[in-house]
Amino acid sequence: MEIDPFIFRFSIFILAIFVGYYVVWSVTPSLHTPLMSVTNAISSVIIVGAIIAALAGSSENIFEISSIFGFLAIVLAAVNIFGGFLVTQRMLQMYKKKKKNK
Amino acid sequence: MISANLSAIFYLVSGILFILALRGLSSPETSRQGNLFGILGMIIAITVTFLTVGNFSTSTIYVFIFLLVGGAIGAFIAFKIPMTAMPELVAGFHSLVGLAAVFVAISAFKNPEAFNLGFPGDIKLASLIEMSIGAAVGAITFSGSIIAFLKLRGIMSGSPITFPGQHIVNLLIGISIFVLIYFLCSSQSESFFWSMIAISFLIGVLLIIPIGGADMPVVISMLNSYSGWAAAGIGFTLENTALIITGALVGSSGAILSYIMCKGMNRSFFSVILGGFGGDASVSNDKKKDQKPVKSGNAEDAAFLLKNASSVIIVPGYGMAVAQAQHALREMVDTLKKNDIKVSYAVHPVAGRMPGHMNVLLAEANVPYDEVFELDDINNDFANTDVAFVIGANDVTNPVAKTDPQSPIFGMPVLDVEKCKSVLFVKRSLSPGYAGVDNELFYRENTMMLFADAKKMTEDIVKNI
Repeated sequence: MEIDPFIFRFSIFILAIFVGYYVVWSVTPSLHTPLMSVTNAISSVIIVGAIIAALAGSSENIFEISSIFGFLAIVLAAVNIFGGFLVTQRMLQMYKKKKKNK
Repeated sequence: MISANLSAIFYLVSGILFILALRGLSSPETSRQGNLFGILGMIIAITVTFLTVGNFSTSTIYVFIFLLVGGAIGAFIAFKIPMTAMPELVAGFHSLVGLAAVFVAISAFKNPEAFNLGFPGDIKLASLIEMSIGAAVGAITFSGSIIAFLKLRGIMSGSPITFPGQHIVNLLIGISIFVLIYFLCSSQSESFFWSMIAISFLIGVLLIIPIGGADMPVVISMLNSYSGWAAAGIGFTLENTALIITGALVGSSGAILSYIMCKGMNRSFFSVILGGFGGDASVSNDKKKDQKPVKSGNAEDAAFLLKNASSVIIVPGYGMAVAQAQHALREMVDTLKKNDIKVSYAVHPVAGRMPGHMNVLLAEANVPYDEVFELDDINNDFANTDVAFVIGANDVTNPVAKTDPQSPIFGMPVLDVEKCKSVLFVKRSLSPGYAGVDNELFYRENTMMLFADAKKMTEDIVKNI
Protein backbone atom coordinates (compact mmCIF):
# COMPACT_ATOMS: atom_id res chain seq x y z
CA MET A 1 0.00 0.00 0.00
CA GLU A 2 1.25 3.42 -0.88
CA ILE A 3 1.76 6.20 1.66
CA ASP A 4 -0.31 9.30 1.09
CA PRO A 5 1.95 12.26 0.14
CA PHE A 6 0.16 14.20 2.85
CA ILE A 7 1.97 12.06 5.43
CA PHE A 8 5.33 13.10 3.99
CA ARG A 9 4.40 16.75 4.20
CA PHE A 10 3.07 16.22 7.68
CA SER A 11 6.38 14.63 8.70
CA ILE A 12 8.27 17.63 7.35
CA PHE A 13 5.91 19.89 9.29
CA ILE A 14 6.40 18.08 12.59
CA LEU A 15 10.18 17.90 12.19
CA ALA A 16 10.29 21.61 11.34
CA ILE A 17 8.40 22.37 14.54
CA PHE A 18 11.13 20.56 16.46
CA VAL A 19 13.87 22.37 14.57
CA GLY A 20 12.07 25.65 15.31
CA TYR A 21 11.75 24.75 18.96
CA TYR A 22 15.47 24.20 19.45
CA VAL A 23 16.62 27.03 17.22
CA VAL A 24 14.37 29.58 18.88
CA TRP A 25 15.40 28.60 22.40
CA SER A 26 18.97 29.39 21.42
CA VAL A 27 18.05 32.91 20.35
CA THR A 28 19.47 35.40 22.82
CA PRO A 29 16.69 37.30 24.66
CA SER A 30 18.12 40.66 23.65
CA LEU A 31 17.33 39.79 20.02
CA HIS A 32 13.71 38.84 20.60
CA THR A 33 12.38 41.88 18.79
CA PRO A 34 14.45 41.22 15.64
CA LEU A 35 13.32 37.59 15.92
CA MET A 36 9.71 38.69 15.68
CA SER A 37 10.33 40.97 12.72
CA VAL A 38 12.34 38.37 10.83
CA THR A 39 9.80 35.61 11.43
CA ASN A 40 7.29 38.08 10.11
CA ALA A 41 9.31 38.54 6.96
CA ILE A 42 9.87 34.85 6.32
CA SER A 43 6.25 33.86 6.93
CA SER A 44 5.47 36.11 3.98
CA VAL A 45 6.88 33.37 1.78
CA ILE A 46 3.14 32.84 1.42
CA ILE A 47 3.68 35.17 -1.56
CA VAL A 48 4.51 31.97 -3.44
CA GLY A 49 0.83 31.02 -3.34
CA ALA A 50 -0.16 34.55 -4.26
CA ILE A 51 2.06 34.53 -7.36
CA ILE A 52 0.63 31.21 -8.55
CA ALA A 53 -2.89 32.56 -8.07
CA ALA A 54 -2.11 35.81 -9.86
CA LEU A 55 -0.48 34.13 -12.85
CA ALA A 56 -3.33 31.67 -13.25
CA GLY A 57 -5.63 34.20 -14.90
CA SER A 58 -6.37 33.40 -18.52
CA SER A 59 -4.77 35.67 -21.10
CA GLU A 60 -8.11 37.20 -22.16
CA ASN A 61 -9.01 38.03 -18.62
CA ILE A 62 -6.04 38.74 -16.37
CA PHE A 63 -8.20 40.08 -13.59
CA GLU A 64 -10.66 37.38 -12.67
CA ILE A 65 -11.71 37.02 -9.07
CA SER A 66 -9.10 34.48 -8.02
CA SER A 67 -6.22 36.38 -9.61
CA ILE A 68 -7.39 39.69 -8.13
CA PHE A 69 -7.08 38.16 -4.68
CA GLY A 70 -3.69 36.84 -5.76
CA PHE A 71 -2.53 40.33 -6.75
CA LEU A 72 -3.80 41.80 -3.48
CA ALA A 73 -1.99 39.10 -1.52
CA ILE A 74 1.20 39.90 -3.46
CA VAL A 75 1.05 43.53 -2.35
CA LEU A 76 0.45 42.59 1.29
CA ALA A 77 3.17 39.96 1.36
CA ALA A 78 5.63 42.25 -0.45
CA VAL A 79 5.10 44.99 2.15
CA ASN A 80 5.96 42.41 4.76
CA ILE A 81 8.95 40.92 3.00
CA PHE A 82 10.69 44.21 2.27
CA GLY A 83 9.51 45.88 5.47
CA GLY A 84 10.34 42.89 7.64
CA PHE A 85 13.83 42.18 6.35
CA LEU A 86 14.83 45.85 6.13
CA VAL A 87 13.62 46.78 9.59
CA THR A 88 15.38 43.70 10.99
CA GLN A 89 18.57 44.75 9.23
CA ARG A 90 18.18 48.27 10.60
CA MET A 91 17.76 46.96 14.12
CA LEU A 92 20.64 44.52 13.91
CA GLN A 93 22.96 47.30 12.69
CA MET A 94 22.40 49.02 16.02
CA TYR A 95 23.63 46.17 18.20
CA LYS A 96 27.23 47.04 18.89
CA LYS A 97 29.83 45.73 21.23
CA LYS A 98 31.72 47.88 23.67
CA LYS A 99 34.62 49.66 22.04
CA LYS A 100 37.84 48.47 23.65
CA ASN A 101 40.13 51.47 23.36
CA LYS A 102 38.41 54.63 24.38
CA MET B 1 9.81 26.12 -16.90
CA ILE B 2 11.48 23.77 -14.44
CA SER B 3 10.26 20.41 -13.26
CA ALA B 4 8.17 19.98 -10.12
CA ASN B 5 10.88 17.89 -8.50
CA LEU B 6 13.58 20.48 -9.09
CA SER B 7 11.42 23.27 -7.75
CA ALA B 8 10.58 21.17 -4.67
CA ILE B 9 14.30 20.90 -3.97
CA PHE B 10 14.74 24.64 -4.32
CA TYR B 11 11.86 25.21 -1.91
CA LEU B 12 13.62 22.92 0.55
CA VAL B 13 16.80 24.99 0.15
CA SER B 14 14.92 28.16 0.93
CA GLY B 15 13.34 26.48 3.96
CA ILE B 16 16.82 25.61 5.22
CA LEU B 17 18.02 29.17 4.64
CA PHE B 18 15.13 30.38 6.80
CA ILE B 19 16.22 28.03 9.58
CA LEU B 20 19.74 29.49 9.32
CA ALA B 21 18.25 32.99 9.48
CA LEU B 22 16.76 32.20 12.87
CA ARG B 23 19.87 30.36 13.97
CA GLY B 24 21.92 33.48 13.30
CA LEU B 25 19.99 35.33 15.96
CA SER B 26 21.68 33.33 18.69
CA SER B 27 24.20 36.13 18.95
CA PRO B 28 24.37 39.70 17.64
CA GLU B 29 27.57 38.97 15.69
CA THR B 30 26.01 36.27 13.53
CA SER B 31 22.60 37.89 13.31
CA ARG B 32 23.30 40.16 10.33
CA GLN B 33 24.56 37.24 8.31
CA GLY B 34 21.46 35.30 9.36
CA ASN B 35 19.25 38.04 8.01
CA LEU B 36 21.04 37.80 4.65
CA PHE B 37 20.34 34.06 4.59
CA GLY B 38 16.69 34.87 5.11
CA ILE B 39 16.68 37.34 2.23
CA LEU B 40 18.44 34.82 -0.02
CA GLY B 41 15.88 32.15 0.91
CA MET B 42 13.08 34.51 -0.04
CA ILE B 43 14.67 35.40 -3.39
CA ILE B 44 15.08 31.70 -4.22
CA ALA B 45 11.47 30.91 -3.29
CA ILE B 46 10.06 33.73 -5.42
CA THR B 47 12.31 33.06 -8.42
CA VAL B 48 11.53 29.35 -8.39
CA THR B 49 7.81 30.08 -8.28
CA PHE B 50 8.07 32.23 -11.42
CA LEU B 51 10.09 29.54 -13.19
CA THR B 52 7.70 26.77 -12.16
CA VAL B 53 4.63 28.54 -13.41
CA GLY B 54 6.66 29.40 -16.48
CA ASN B 55 3.81 31.24 -18.11
CA PHE B 56 5.25 34.65 -18.92
CA SER B 57 2.11 36.37 -20.06
CA THR B 58 0.97 39.92 -19.45
CA SER B 59 0.06 38.88 -15.90
CA THR B 60 3.76 38.59 -15.12
CA ILE B 61 4.21 42.31 -15.67
CA TYR B 62 1.39 43.04 -13.27
CA VAL B 63 2.86 40.66 -10.71
CA PHE B 64 6.10 42.64 -10.84
CA ILE B 65 4.29 45.94 -10.56
CA PHE B 66 2.33 44.82 -7.50
CA LEU B 67 5.47 43.30 -6.01
CA LEU B 68 7.33 46.57 -6.40
CA VAL B 69 4.45 48.66 -5.09
CA GLY B 70 4.23 46.51 -1.96
CA GLY B 71 8.01 46.41 -1.65
CA ALA B 72 8.29 50.20 -1.91
CA ILE B 73 5.65 50.68 0.78
CA GLY B 74 7.41 48.13 3.01
CA ALA B 75 10.83 49.68 2.51
CA PHE B 76 9.46 53.16 3.19
CA ILE B 77 7.90 52.00 6.46
CA ALA B 78 11.04 50.13 7.48
CA PHE B 79 13.24 53.22 7.11
CA LYS B 80 10.83 55.73 8.58
CA ILE B 81 9.52 53.88 11.62
CA PRO B 82 10.91 55.10 14.96
CA MET B 83 12.26 52.29 17.14
CA THR B 84 9.78 53.13 19.89
CA ALA B 85 6.98 52.15 17.50
CA MET B 86 8.31 48.63 16.90
CA PRO B 87 5.49 46.86 18.79
CA GLU B 88 2.83 48.51 16.63
CA LEU B 89 4.82 47.80 13.50
CA VAL B 90 5.17 44.12 14.29
CA ALA B 91 1.45 43.87 15.10
CA GLY B 92 0.66 45.62 11.83
CA PHE B 93 2.91 43.27 9.85
CA HIS B 94 1.26 40.25 11.47
CA SER B 95 -2.11 41.47 10.29
CA LEU B 96 -0.78 41.61 6.72
CA VAL B 97 0.47 38.01 6.83
CA GLY B 98 -2.92 36.94 8.14
CA LEU B 99 -4.82 38.79 5.44
CA ALA B 100 -2.49 37.50 2.72
CA ALA B 101 -3.20 33.95 3.93
CA VAL B 102 -6.95 34.61 3.70
CA PHE B 103 -6.57 36.01 0.17
CA VAL B 104 -4.50 33.07 -1.04
CA ALA B 105 -7.08 30.68 0.44
CA ILE B 106 -9.85 32.55 -1.39
CA SER B 107 -7.91 32.36 -4.66
CA ALA B 108 -7.39 28.65 -4.18
CA PHE B 109 -11.07 28.17 -3.44
CA LYS B 110 -12.19 30.14 -6.50
CA ASN B 111 -9.65 28.67 -8.89
CA PRO B 112 -8.55 25.26 -7.59
CA GLU B 113 -7.28 24.15 -11.02
CA ALA B 114 -4.40 26.62 -10.79
CA PHE B 115 -3.18 24.86 -7.66
CA ASN B 116 -4.00 21.38 -8.85
CA LEU B 117 -6.61 20.85 -6.15
CA GLY B 118 -9.58 19.75 -8.22
CA PHE B 119 -12.36 21.83 -9.75
CA PRO B 120 -14.70 24.50 -8.41
CA GLY B 121 -17.45 22.69 -6.51
CA ASP B 122 -15.34 19.54 -6.45
CA ILE B 123 -12.23 20.36 -4.48
CA LYS B 124 -10.30 17.53 -2.86
CA LEU B 125 -11.48 17.02 0.71
CA ALA B 126 -8.03 17.27 2.32
CA SER B 127 -7.25 20.47 0.40
CA LEU B 128 -10.55 21.97 1.41
CA ILE B 129 -9.88 21.29 5.09
CA GLU B 130 -6.34 22.66 4.82
CA MET B 131 -7.37 25.84 3.07
CA SER B 132 -10.25 26.38 5.52
CA ILE B 133 -7.91 26.10 8.47
CA GLY B 134 -5.39 28.40 6.78
CA ALA B 135 -8.10 30.95 6.02
CA ALA B 136 -9.65 30.78 9.50
CA VAL B 137 -6.35 31.15 11.34
CA GLY B 138 -5.30 33.87 8.88
CA ALA B 139 -8.51 35.80 9.49
CA ILE B 140 -8.11 35.53 13.27
CA THR B 141 -4.51 36.72 12.96
CA PHE B 142 -5.61 39.65 10.84
CA SER B 143 -8.41 41.04 12.99
CA GLY B 144 -6.62 40.18 16.24
CA SER B 145 -3.49 42.01 15.10
CA ILE B 146 -5.51 45.02 14.04
CA ILE B 147 -6.96 45.29 17.54
CA ALA B 148 -3.49 44.80 19.07
CA PHE B 149 -2.16 47.49 16.72
CA LEU B 150 -4.92 49.95 17.71
CA LYS B 151 -4.28 49.30 21.40
CA LEU B 152 -0.51 49.69 21.10
CA ARG B 153 -0.87 52.82 18.99
CA GLY B 154 -3.18 54.28 21.63
CA ILE B 155 -6.02 54.75 19.14
CA MET B 156 -7.99 52.30 21.23
CA SER B 157 -7.86 52.30 25.02
CA GLY B 158 -5.40 49.77 26.42
CA SER B 159 -7.77 48.74 29.19
CA PRO B 160 -9.58 45.43 28.78
CA ILE B 161 -13.07 45.40 27.32
CA THR B 162 -15.20 42.75 28.96
CA PHE B 163 -18.87 41.89 28.97
CA PRO B 164 -20.89 39.22 30.76
CA GLY B 165 -20.86 35.82 29.14
CA GLN B 166 -17.86 36.75 27.02
CA HIS B 167 -16.13 33.40 27.27
CA ILE B 168 -19.31 31.47 26.46
CA VAL B 169 -19.91 33.64 23.39
CA ASN B 170 -16.31 33.16 22.24
CA LEU B 171 -16.56 29.43 22.77
CA LEU B 172 -19.79 29.17 20.78
CA ILE B 173 -18.36 31.22 17.93
CA GLY B 174 -15.22 29.10 18.00
CA ILE B 175 -17.27 25.92 17.71
CA SER B 176 -19.34 27.40 14.92
CA ILE B 177 -16.17 27.78 12.81
CA PHE B 178 -15.66 24.03 12.97
CA VAL B 179 -19.33 23.38 12.22
CA LEU B 180 -19.10 25.64 9.16
CA ILE B 181 -15.94 23.89 7.95
CA TYR B 182 -17.78 20.59 8.30
CA PHE B 183 -20.73 21.82 6.22
CA LEU B 184 -18.36 23.40 3.71
CA CYS B 185 -16.64 20.06 3.21
CA SER B 186 -19.86 18.12 2.84
CA SER B 187 -21.61 20.59 0.53
CA GLN B 188 -18.70 22.49 -1.19
CA SER B 189 -21.03 25.47 -0.99
CA GLU B 190 -19.44 28.88 -1.32
CA SER B 191 -21.68 30.54 1.27
CA PHE B 192 -20.25 28.37 4.05
CA PHE B 193 -16.73 29.38 2.99
CA TRP B 194 -17.50 33.09 3.20
CA SER B 195 -19.38 32.85 6.49
CA MET B 196 -16.56 30.84 7.99
CA ILE B 197 -14.10 33.61 7.08
CA ALA B 198 -16.44 36.34 8.37
CA ILE B 199 -16.87 34.57 11.70
CA SER B 200 -13.11 34.07 12.00
CA PHE B 201 -12.61 37.83 11.59
CA LEU B 202 -15.14 38.38 14.37
CA ILE B 203 -13.54 35.94 16.79
CA GLY B 204 -10.14 37.57 16.24
CA VAL B 205 -11.57 40.86 17.47
CA LEU B 206 -13.37 39.26 20.40
CA LEU B 207 -10.27 37.36 21.50
CA ILE B 208 -8.05 40.42 21.78
CA ILE B 209 -10.36 43.13 23.17
CA PRO B 210 -10.42 41.73 26.74
CA ILE B 211 -6.62 41.73 26.97
CA GLY B 212 -5.00 44.75 28.61
CA GLY B 213 -2.08 46.89 27.46
CA ALA B 214 0.76 45.35 29.46
CA ASP B 215 -0.22 41.84 28.42
CA MET B 216 0.62 42.88 24.88
CA PRO B 217 4.00 41.08 24.87
CA VAL B 218 2.07 37.82 25.16
CA VAL B 219 -0.52 38.86 22.58
CA ILE B 220 2.04 39.91 20.00
CA SER B 221 3.96 36.66 20.45
CA MET B 222 0.75 34.68 20.19
CA LEU B 223 -0.29 36.43 17.00
CA ASN B 224 3.21 35.82 15.68
CA SER B 225 2.60 32.15 16.30
CA TYR B 226 -0.83 32.25 14.64
CA SER B 227 0.57 33.87 11.52
CA GLY B 228 2.96 30.92 11.29
CA TRP B 229 0.21 28.31 11.63
CA ALA B 230 -1.83 30.14 8.99
CA ALA B 231 1.13 30.01 6.61
CA ALA B 232 1.61 26.31 7.34
CA GLY B 233 -2.07 25.61 6.63
CA ILE B 234 -1.75 27.31 3.24
CA GLY B 235 1.54 25.44 2.73
CA PHE B 236 -0.31 22.13 3.01
CA THR B 237 -2.90 23.30 0.51
CA LEU B 238 -0.23 24.34 -1.99
CA GLU B 239 1.90 21.30 -1.20
CA ASN B 240 4.83 23.66 -0.76
CA THR B 241 7.70 22.62 1.52
CA ALA B 242 9.15 26.10 1.96
CA LEU B 243 5.82 27.33 3.25
CA ILE B 244 5.30 24.31 5.53
CA ILE B 245 8.78 24.60 7.06
CA THR B 246 8.47 28.36 7.53
CA GLY B 247 5.01 28.06 9.02
CA ALA B 248 6.24 25.51 11.54
CA LEU B 249 9.29 27.63 12.43
CA VAL B 250 7.30 30.81 12.92
CA GLY B 251 4.54 28.97 14.74
CA SER B 252 6.87 27.43 17.28
CA SER B 253 8.90 30.64 17.60
CA GLY B 254 5.80 32.62 18.55
CA ALA B 255 4.68 29.91 20.94
CA ILE B 256 8.03 29.91 22.74
CA LEU B 257 8.03 33.70 23.02
CA SER B 258 4.51 33.62 24.50
CA TYR B 259 5.70 31.05 27.00
CA ILE B 260 8.73 33.16 27.99
CA MET B 261 6.53 36.24 28.38
CA CYS B 262 3.97 34.40 30.52
CA LYS B 263 6.72 33.07 32.71
CA GLY B 264 8.12 36.60 33.10
CA MET B 265 4.77 37.60 34.55
CA ASN B 266 4.16 34.34 36.42
CA ARG B 267 0.78 34.03 34.75
CA SER B 268 -0.65 31.12 32.90
CA PHE B 269 -1.19 31.47 29.19
CA PHE B 270 -4.90 30.90 29.65
CA SER B 271 -5.34 33.61 32.23
CA VAL B 272 -3.72 36.07 29.81
CA ILE B 273 -5.89 34.93 26.92
CA LEU B 274 -9.08 35.00 28.97
CA GLY B 275 -8.10 38.57 29.76
CA GLY B 276 -9.69 41.16 31.99
CA PHE B 277 -6.46 41.65 33.99
CA GLY B 278 -5.28 45.12 34.93
CA GLY B 279 -8.52 47.05 34.91
CA ASP B 280 -9.35 49.56 37.62
CA ALA B 281 -8.36 47.33 40.49
CA SER B 282 -6.40 50.06 42.26
CA VAL B 283 -9.30 51.27 44.40
CA SER B 284 -8.44 49.21 47.45
CA ASN B 285 -4.98 50.73 47.63
CA ASP B 286 -6.15 54.32 47.80
CA LYS B 287 -6.49 54.48 51.57
CA LYS B 288 -2.98 53.40 52.36
CA LYS B 289 -1.36 55.86 50.06
CA ASP B 290 -1.62 59.14 51.91
CA GLN B 291 -0.53 57.61 55.19
CA LYS B 292 2.91 56.51 54.17
CA PRO B 293 5.70 59.04 53.82
CA VAL B 294 7.44 59.30 50.48
CA LYS B 295 10.83 60.82 50.01
CA SER B 296 11.03 62.82 46.85
CA GLY B 297 13.92 64.69 45.36
CA ASN B 298 14.97 66.78 42.40
CA ALA B 299 17.58 66.42 39.70
CA GLU B 300 20.25 67.98 41.90
CA ASP B 301 19.79 65.41 44.66
CA ALA B 302 19.81 62.61 42.14
CA ALA B 303 22.96 63.90 40.49
CA PHE B 304 24.64 64.10 43.87
CA LEU B 305 23.76 60.51 44.68
CA LEU B 306 24.87 59.24 41.30
CA LYS B 307 28.13 61.16 41.33
CA ASN B 308 29.11 59.68 44.66
CA ALA B 309 28.25 56.13 43.73
CA SER B 310 30.81 53.67 42.47
CA SER B 311 28.35 51.38 40.74
CA VAL B 312 24.96 52.02 39.18
CA ILE B 313 22.38 49.71 37.64
CA ILE B 314 19.81 51.17 35.28
CA VAL B 315 16.37 49.54 35.16
CA PRO B 316 14.45 50.71 32.08
CA GLY B 317 10.77 50.08 31.45
CA TYR B 318 7.91 51.05 29.20
CA GLY B 319 7.94 54.62 30.57
CA MET B 320 11.36 55.13 29.00
CA ALA B 321 9.95 54.16 25.63
CA VAL B 322 6.98 56.48 26.02
CA ALA B 323 9.17 59.42 27.01
CA GLN B 324 11.78 58.54 24.32
CA ALA B 325 14.35 58.92 27.09
CA GLN B 326 16.88 56.35 25.83
CA HIS B 327 19.25 58.90 24.25
CA ALA B 328 19.21 61.18 27.27
CA LEU B 329 19.81 58.13 29.43
CA ARG B 330 22.82 57.13 27.38
CA GLU B 331 24.19 60.65 27.76
CA MET B 332 23.80 60.42 31.50
CA VAL B 333 25.57 57.08 31.56
CA ASP B 334 28.45 58.48 29.47
CA THR B 335 28.90 61.26 31.99
CA LEU B 336 28.88 58.78 34.84
CA LYS B 337 31.43 56.59 33.12
CA LYS B 338 33.75 59.54 32.71
CA ASN B 339 33.69 59.74 36.50
CA ASP B 340 34.78 56.10 36.70
CA ILE B 341 31.41 54.82 37.81
CA LYS B 342 30.51 51.30 36.77
CA VAL B 343 27.17 51.24 34.96
CA SER B 344 25.14 48.30 33.73
CA TYR B 345 21.56 47.83 32.59
CA ALA B 346 19.02 45.31 33.90
CA VAL B 347 16.23 44.28 31.57
CA HIS B 348 13.22 42.35 32.79
CA PRO B 349 11.72 39.91 30.25
CA VAL B 350 8.38 41.73 30.15
CA ALA B 351 9.67 45.30 30.33
CA GLY B 352 8.02 47.21 27.52
CA ARG B 353 5.32 46.11 25.14
CA MET B 354 7.02 43.31 23.22
CA PRO B 355 9.78 40.75 23.77
CA GLY B 356 13.17 42.45 23.64
CA HIS B 357 11.64 45.94 23.38
CA MET B 358 14.08 47.56 25.84
CA ASN B 359 17.12 45.93 24.23
CA VAL B 360 16.29 47.46 20.87
CA LEU B 361 15.78 50.92 22.34
CA LEU B 362 19.07 50.76 24.22
CA ALA B 363 20.83 49.52 21.10
CA GLU B 364 19.35 52.44 19.21
CA ALA B 365 20.87 54.81 21.74
CA ASN B 366 24.25 53.15 21.10
CA VAL B 367 24.39 51.25 24.35
CA PRO B 368 26.76 48.31 23.78
CA TYR B 369 24.82 45.07 24.14
CA ASP B 370 27.36 43.56 26.50
CA GLU B 371 26.39 46.13 29.14
CA VAL B 372 22.78 45.01 29.08
CA PHE B 373 21.87 42.05 31.28
CA GLU B 374 18.90 39.76 31.68
CA LEU B 375 17.10 39.34 34.97
CA ASP B 376 18.82 36.13 36.06
CA ASP B 377 22.28 37.36 35.19
CA ILE B 378 22.18 40.58 37.14
CA ASN B 379 19.76 40.04 40.00
CA ASN B 380 22.47 39.09 42.49
CA ASP B 381 24.44 42.25 41.74
CA PHE B 382 21.89 44.64 43.19
CA ALA B 383 23.06 43.88 46.73
CA ASN B 384 26.58 45.11 45.87
CA THR B 385 25.44 48.17 43.98
CA ASP B 386 25.21 51.72 45.25
CA VAL B 387 22.40 53.15 43.16
CA ALA B 388 19.58 51.60 41.15
CA PHE B 389 18.15 54.02 38.63
CA VAL B 390 14.62 52.91 37.76
CA ILE B 391 13.37 54.72 34.71
CA GLY B 392 9.85 53.98 33.52
CA ALA B 393 9.63 50.52 35.06
CA ASN B 394 7.29 49.76 37.94
CA ASP B 395 5.66 46.38 38.54
CA VAL B 396 8.85 44.52 37.61
CA THR B 397 10.61 46.07 40.62
CA ASN B 398 7.84 45.63 43.18
CA PRO B 399 9.10 43.66 46.22
CA VAL B 400 5.48 42.73 46.99
CA ALA B 401 5.78 40.01 44.37
CA LYS B 402 8.16 38.23 46.75
CA THR B 403 6.48 38.92 50.07
CA ASP B 404 2.70 39.18 49.79
CA PRO B 405 0.86 36.04 48.68
CA GLN B 406 -2.34 38.10 48.45
CA SER B 407 -0.95 40.34 45.75
CA PRO B 408 -2.02 39.69 42.16
CA ILE B 409 1.61 39.82 41.07
CA PHE B 410 2.85 37.43 43.77
CA GLY B 411 5.36 34.97 42.38
CA MET B 412 6.33 37.10 39.41
CA PRO B 413 10.10 37.23 39.04
CA VAL B 414 11.19 40.78 39.92
CA LEU B 415 14.42 42.71 39.93
CA ASP B 416 15.77 43.02 43.47
CA VAL B 417 16.15 46.76 43.19
CA GLU B 418 15.47 47.36 46.88
CA LYS B 419 18.72 45.64 47.82
CA CYS B 420 20.75 48.54 46.45
CA LYS B 421 22.02 51.13 48.90
CA SER B 422 19.72 53.68 47.34
CA VAL B 423 17.06 53.63 44.67
CA LEU B 424 16.23 56.50 42.34
CA PHE B 425 12.79 56.06 40.89
CA VAL B 426 11.85 58.27 37.94
CA LYS B 427 8.10 58.38 37.59
CA ARG B 428 5.40 60.90 36.86
CA SER B 429 3.29 60.18 39.95
CA LEU B 430 2.69 57.65 42.67
CA SER B 431 -0.02 55.90 40.69
CA PRO B 432 0.18 52.12 40.63
CA GLY B 433 1.53 50.32 37.61
CA TYR B 434 -0.36 48.28 35.10
CA ALA B 435 -1.17 45.47 37.48
CA GLY B 436 -3.02 47.96 39.68
CA VAL B 437 -0.75 47.16 42.60
CA ASP B 438 0.81 49.83 44.74
CA ASN B 439 4.59 49.60 44.63
CA GLU B 440 5.99 49.14 48.11
CA LEU B 441 9.32 50.40 46.87
CA PHE B 442 8.02 54.00 46.80
CA TYR B 443 7.82 54.12 50.58
CA ARG B 444 11.15 52.56 51.43
CA GLU B 445 13.76 54.42 53.43
CA ASN B 446 16.34 54.15 50.68
CA THR B 447 14.10 55.20 47.82
CA MET B 448 14.06 58.67 46.39
CA MET B 449 11.22 59.45 44.01
CA LEU B 450 11.95 61.78 41.12
CA PHE B 451 8.60 63.03 39.92
CA ALA B 452 9.01 64.14 36.33
CA ASP B 453 8.96 63.13 32.72
CA ALA B 454 11.68 60.52 32.28
CA LYS B 455 13.46 62.36 29.49
CA LYS B 456 13.37 65.77 31.12
CA MET B 457 14.55 64.42 34.46
CA THR B 458 17.45 62.55 32.88
CA GLU B 459 18.53 65.65 30.97
CA ASP B 460 18.39 67.72 34.15
CA ILE B 461 20.49 65.17 35.98
CA VAL B 462 23.13 65.35 33.26
CA LYS B 463 23.32 69.12 33.70
CA ASN B 464 23.81 68.71 37.42
CA ILE B 465 26.51 66.08 37.44
